[in-house]
Amino acid sequence: MATTIRTVSLLPAFPFLTQLLFLLPIAAGLFGVLLPALGYLPDLGGDQFHFEVFRQLLEHPALLHAVWLTLFSGIAATFISLSLAILLAAMLSRASLSGNKNNKMASLFVIVRRGLIPLIAVPHAAMALGLAFLVAPSGWIVRWFSFLLMGWETPPEWVTVQDPFGLSLILGLVLKETPYLLLMILAALPQIRAQEYIRIGQSLGYGNLRSWLKLVLPQVYPLIRLPVFAVLAFSLSVVDVALILGPSTPPTLSVLILRWIDNPDLSFRFLASAGAVLLLLLTLGALLFWRVSEWLLLQKWRNWLSNGKRGNGNEAHKLAALSGLLLLGTAFLSVLGLAFWSLSLRWPYPHVLPQRWTSRNWERHWSSIQETSFTTLELGVIAVVIALILVVGCLENEQWRRVSFSFRSQWLLYLPLLIPQATFLLGIQILAVRLEMDGTFLLLVWSHLLFVLPYVFLTLADPWRNLDTRFPQIGQCLGASPLRVLFRIKLPLLLKPLLVAAAVGFAVSVSQYLPTLFAGGGRFATLTTEAVSYAAGADRRVIGVYGFLQALFPWIALLLALAIPRWRFRNRASLL
Amino acid sequence: MLKLENISLKIDGNPLFSKLNLEVNAGQVKTVMGPSGCGKSSLLAHLCGTLPSVFQTSGKIILHDKTLDDLPPHERKLGILFQDDLLFPHLSVGENLAFALPAKIRRHERHDKIEQALEEIELSGMHERDPASLSGGQRARVALMRTLLAQPEALLLDEPFSKLDQELRGRFRKLVFAHAVKNSLPTLLVTHDHADAQAAGGDIIAL
Ligand SMILES: Nc1ncnc2c1ncn2[C@@H]1O[C@H](COP(=O)(O)OP(=O)(O)O)[C@@H](O)[C@H]1O
Ligand SMILES: [Mg+2]
Repeated sequence: MATTIRTVSLLPAFPFLTQLLFLLPIAAGLFGVLLPALGYLPDLGGDQFHFEVFRQLLEHPALLHAVWLTLFSGIAATFISLSLAILLAAMLSRASLSGNKNNKMASLFVIVRRGLIPLIAVPHAAMALGLAFLVAPSGWIVRWFSFLLMGWETPPEWVTVQDPFGLSLILGLVLKETPYLLLMILAALPQIRAQEYIRIGQSLGYGNLRSWLKLVLPQVYPLIRLPVFAVLAFSLSVVDVALILGPSTPPTLSVLILRWIDNPDLSFRFLASAGAVLLLLLTLGALLFWRVSEWLLLQKWRNWLSNGKRGNGNEAHKLAALSGLLLLGTAFLSVLGLAFWSLSLRWPYPHVLPQRWTSRNWERHWSSIQETSFTTLELGVIAVVIALILVVGCLENEQWRRVSFSFRSQWLLYLPLLIPQATFLLGIQILAVRLEMDGTFLLLVWSHLLFVLPYVFLTLADPWRNLDTRFPQIGQCLGASPLRVLFRIKLPLLLKPLLVAAAVGFAVSVSQYLPTLFAGGGRFATLTTEAVSYAAGADRRVIGVYGFLQALFPWIALLLALAIPRWRFRNRASLL
Repeated sequence: MLKLENISLKIDGNPLFSKLNLEVNAGQVKTVMGPSGCGKSSLLAHLCGTLPSVFQTSGKIILHDKTLDDLPPHERKLGILFQDDLLFPHLSVGENLAFALPAKIRRHERHDKIEQALEEIELSGMHERDPASLSGGQRARVALMRTLLAQPEALLLDEPFSKLDQELRGRFRKLVFAHAVKNSLPTLLVTHDHADAQAAGGDIIAL
């Protein structure tokens, strides 16, 4: 008996530890960036508080444009992604309702649905690198046009990648955020019994899209508000995608901050800190703006909900199918382009395929590939294992002590996703330098954990809570201790969600650019940092190697996560 | 002997049923009857120690002169059978049985005991089978045997017959009660079904 009490009474340590791991670096990071922004950083001779740095920031010639660009690209990317995700979700639920009536459409939507998952695993940077080649003036799309229509001898003189309005940046973000939001919506639908409402709507004579927009969307939106906010915050502060696809003169605010940090003149750190504080304020402002717009929209929308207009049921159907396929096609061609480049010896314009293939690009970089791959793997695996232990501990605590939600609310979990990375990571770096912790592996793992943990928690929580409680209960009645119940019953029964959560966490870790750069103090090279640093150069073959590998790693993890339970439970019909 | 003294369960201060007093002797069956939702499953969960904390409980549970109230579920030695067989879907039939067998029984003996148990429920040679590939009646028998292999000191039955079809139902009822008598287990059946209550033969208490 004593052992049970001990095991179970250890459990509250998990949510406590987890919250500490979360709050400590965020609070420290904000603190660490606020002080220099106000002029205080003794190491660099700043020993007084003043607003001089902010004045300097506001007078910076590139600032206004950067702010405008940041807000425009961030809000536009979020709005477009959300709209597309809603449109696709409405169509996907129709396809599952009346699959046999419209076979061709239904199978199109099945393709879209299947294609989503691997898309989500592709890191932002890899997608951006691939997209950059796809849409460049001398890129794949133009080459195909030129080939099929006997067109351009020389590349057209458009500016596509890094266009001054940030349109390609927006496209890059939309490509990644739409599938993410769509998946969030699809995951929330069963909770509100969406199918039943759609049936009711249809029986009252409403078309499918209208039923969805008028009955399902108002219920589902509150459930995906936090993911939407996370997308907005991410889009406003993203660095790697903006470096690759965003305009460079002037760039977005986060890239501007990064440049100031990289400036050999260390006094630029003050300016960078002030910029990071401004980025935080912009993000909070944008979130508030979004929330207010939601409310205003709702006021206008209320009438529309009950105005009786029913639609004909086929509206926007083709549009949804088209945009879904375009999205998938663009994403897969992007990754394919990377793979081709990595294997090409010569691939000049206007050839649609490499003139000569080679494995030389891989061989030449082999030792560096091995090293960066190993760091990436090591970092991801350690962060995921720690995250899994903490999350399982929190969920067990929730069930044994029967407290609901071990995190005070979803908000805490989302905190690292809502605060601009550039802001608190810069603060952490500044503090870490003081504490002589900068560039340590521990700090690096910790910084990855901040982003891995929320996704592991969100992926695992529902399956864990939905497991039939009578299984553990009957295990106990058969004389098994809580630990034995955990290891012999719960973990095996939840093998698939556990591995999927691990794969998602791993994908998140692989894709981290700024944490690796800042917390690693530039000392650790991962596939992502290599890929992004080569992006500035012009050798598409090297970019192809690292970009493709970066996309490959999460794919393999995901494949394993799906294949292992299938193999393990090949003789267990009810778990397949 | 299983003895319940002044057991009451409350949700938000509202009692689910009036205070329950009850004694079941070894090899005897008693039935608690009541309509769906009156708290039968919750009562058994309370006896097992697995009741969610939204319930407030009072009273005393005594098994062979031992008070169970402060014991963790896995040390209470109460075997329970539910409406669903709840065979662990990730384990084979034999592994399900082995899970229940106390660890102090060692290798060879373990193996023999399980073969013997399978034989007893007419499932010899099914050690490696996937539980999902068994028929409803076979699964019910495995669930019963699994409960018994844990060497419980009392048996709790939460409508374990209600999902079986008529013919199976009669046979499985007989089998359960026969084992309860053979192992001289105090047995508490909860049900809303009169036929089950009659078949149990013992006293019937209304909740
Ligand atoms: N976890 C729980 N939280 C709140 N109420 C519950 C919970 N479990 C059961 N109840 C309530 O307790 C009452 C008794 O349920 P139950 O014991 O399952 O009844 P029975 O088995 O007799 O059908 C029901 O009203 C049910 O709604
Ligand atoms: Mg019940």
